[in-house]
Amino acid sequence: MEPDQQRTTQTTHQFKCPSCDTIREYSGNPGDQLIVTCSECNTKGRITIPVGDKIFSTNGNAIEISHLRKLFGDFPAIDDVSFTVKKGEIFGLLGPNGAGKSTIIRMLCTLTRPTKGTATIAGYDVVKQAGKVRQHIGLVSEKMIMYEQLTARENLKLFGKLFNLPNDSLNKRIDELLRFVRMEKWADQRISTFSTGMKQRINVIRALVNQPEILFLDEPTLGLDPQSTAEIRELTKRINQEQGTTIILTTHIMFEAEALCKRIGIIDHGNIVALDTPANLKKLISGTDVSTFEIEIANLEPRMMNAVQSLPLVKSLVQEDPTHLLVRTTGDDAFDSIVDSLRKNGAKVRLVKNLEPSLEDVFLHLTGREAREKISENTKSSVGPGHGPMRRRAKRIR
Amino acid sequence: MGVRNLLRHSGWICWKDLLEFSRSKLRLIMLVLMPLFMMVMVGFIFPTGNSISDTPIALVNNDTGSMGSSFVTQLEVINNQTGMMDIRSASDFNDIKTKLQNNEINGGIIIPENFSSDILAGRQGMITIVIDQSNPQMSLTIQGVLTKTIEAMGKQTAIYNLNNTFHVSITTASSMVTPYVVESKGIVPGEPNYFQFVAPGIIAMVVMMALMTGLPHAISYEKDMGTLDGMLAAPINRLSIILGKVMAQTVRGMIQGFIILFLAVVLFGVVIVGNILLVIFLILLTVFSFVGLGILITSFTENEETATMVMMTLMFPMMFLSGVFFPLQQMPWYMQGLAKFLPLTYATTALRKVMVLGADISSVGTEILILVGFGIVLLAIAVPMFRQAMSK
Repeated sequence: MEPDQQRTTQTTHQFKCPSCDTIREYSGNPGDQLIVTCSECNTKGRITIPVGDKIFSTNGNAIEISHLRKLFGDFPAIDDVSFTVKKGEIFGLLGPNGAGKSTIIRMLCTLTRPTKGTATIAGYDVVKQAGKVRQHIGLVSEKMIMYEQLTARENLKLFGKLFNLPNDSLNKRIDELLRFVRMEKWADQRISTFSTGMKQRINVIRALVNQPEILFLDEPTLGLDPQSTAEIRELTKRINQEQGTTIILTTHIMFEAEALCKRIGIIDHGNIVALDTPANLKKLISGTDVSTFEIEIANLEPRMMNAVQSLPLVKSLVQEDPTHLLVRTTGDDAFDSIVDSLRKNGAKVRLVKNLEPSLEDVFLHLTGREAREKISENTKSSVGPGHGPMRRRAKRIR
Repeated sequence: MGVRNLLRHSGWICWKDLLEFSRSKLRLIMLVLMPLFMMVMVGFIFPTGNSISDTPIALVNNDTGSMGSSFVTQLEVINNQTGMMDIRSASDFNDIKTKLQNNEINGGIIIPENFSSDILAGRQGMITIVIDQSNPQMSLTIQGVLTKTIEAMGKQTAIYNLNNTFHVSITTASSMVTPYVVESKGIVPGEPNYFQFVAPGIIAMVVMMALMTGLPHAISYEKDMGTLDGMLAAPINRLSIILGKVMAQTVRGMIQGFIILFLAVVLFGVVIVGNILLVIFLILLTVFSFVGLGILITSFTENEETATMVMMTLMFPMMFLSGVFFPLQQMPWYMQGLAKFLPLTYATTALRKVMVLGADISSVGTEILILVGFGIVLLAIAVPMFRQAMSK
């Protein structure tokens, strides 16, 4: 075991200004008291650098991953992945099903051993210091980690006890967390009586019971209704802002990634294919000749779609509703050839709109497939050679 | 510190498992019903000599003299006292054959034509018993009962004849006819009874079953549900997960064991002669000897279904080979040899010695040592395998 060799005693923390809610970082030795002035509203205040848990590695990275590789048999679920996550950020891992998102999360949570490469969480190695890593993380995985026959409080208590929290501080923490998600009233009800959204709220605070520095959210809104989805997204933001928790979020919903994440890593076939802020990612394709058109046709018929789809410049075609098409193209004269082809087939074109590049376009451009399974069935590019069996295989392994 | 944390975490996992268990009404009902069924079943399906009553038996009297009918009268008098048989009449051997085939009767008695004449001529009277070959257990019992009844009648006739013809006193006549009398005496008070034999074995078996089925089920269920990841991502020793589960399953098994003990004592008149604390110690030791096997199977089966199949395959031979229901001595030598490799054999033997014969700890020392040995060897194999399986 190598103790805190590469760590200094200086630690950095986020503090919120009591009057204007601006969040600033201050560093110091644990226990130090500092007089600080808010840069926004000039309010003066005294802060204390916390002792104990919240220690980050010196370079300010919560997670460092270097050449991580995971083989299942001889199939590389993760090929060669390197990236870092800064402390306090919400980092998104975006990728189609079976791309390797969950495998990365599982390796970072010490649930699966990497075949090659290293990863450190809060400065601790996931293989050599797995025990230390586990103290600093919280996991919300695809399947809910809760016992249905136990009450919300009992579930929280069990996991708190596994982290050796003493009774009084654990009970305080549980009440605090229940209030945080407005579930105090339901504390002593069994999980089995909850709606999926309520379950997920408890599941998320369950992962927070040990005040983790890093929270892993693996598809946290999967299978939730729109209200609950919005609630969980809101909750994710609040956890990050109010508790200063670094969050790794995996999703295949573009909107979610864009709304929540500071930076996004797009992963496909076990490799990071792009990593940047959502804005910069969009710039990736604005320079290219990829564009998306929304076309409204009054008398839309399948043969028109077939005609458009068979054009060499058309990358994909999705029918949005009975009169709307989404067409993704490459090449400068794509617009003309589409309209020509539609006219030839007797289409009454009401409207053609050139859409701003969305994260979805970036995603499609990079991975060559739709993020959402439903749409991918209509898409030309998703049935490229060798793709189907690959995906099936990846699914089986997961 | 490490050990204290290990135990503390196992304690909480055990708490969780028991809480979950207690929340399911059906499981609670089954907890009580299973041992009850088990006990009632083994109690009533195995014949215990005197448990036969009103067995339909056909009687054919072909005798032309008076001896035949007086034999029948005597048989009926005896039968009225014991109530073992339901005597029906039949015309001849073929009639008995048909009735046996139709399952109307379980056996037959034929008094041949020359029964009276043989006796009057100073020869032995012959009685034929017809048995049902499709049911060896039953025919053996009926054969025994009938032979015993007829022999007793013969003796009575002989004593009567000696007394009447040669004026020998009844006592002397009795000692002449049956010079030897057998008296059975056990080393502890009470009659031997099948429950007394089978109860200790069933207790050991139920505790084993709780552990062997419960453990792989509990782990693979959590694996399937995804909750195991939560525990694996917590800073706890991998062993505390399995230890917590072992504790919970042991509690479950012990509760069932005690229900059996209670039923055996209250309903079936079993007397626990030995020290109850020693009995509890032996039950815990049984758990210890099986834990390794349970963990081993948990480690190499990846889902619930496989685990259950492997368990069943192992458990059934163990149940029947370990002398729980049948004495080991009745088995052929190779099966007896096989039984020596099963921990349940020693657990059953030790429990039986203590519960039925009141043996103290020194008399079951060998069994205790063997059970401890089994436990250590199996754990030494299972624990590394489990650790490896959990960190794949």
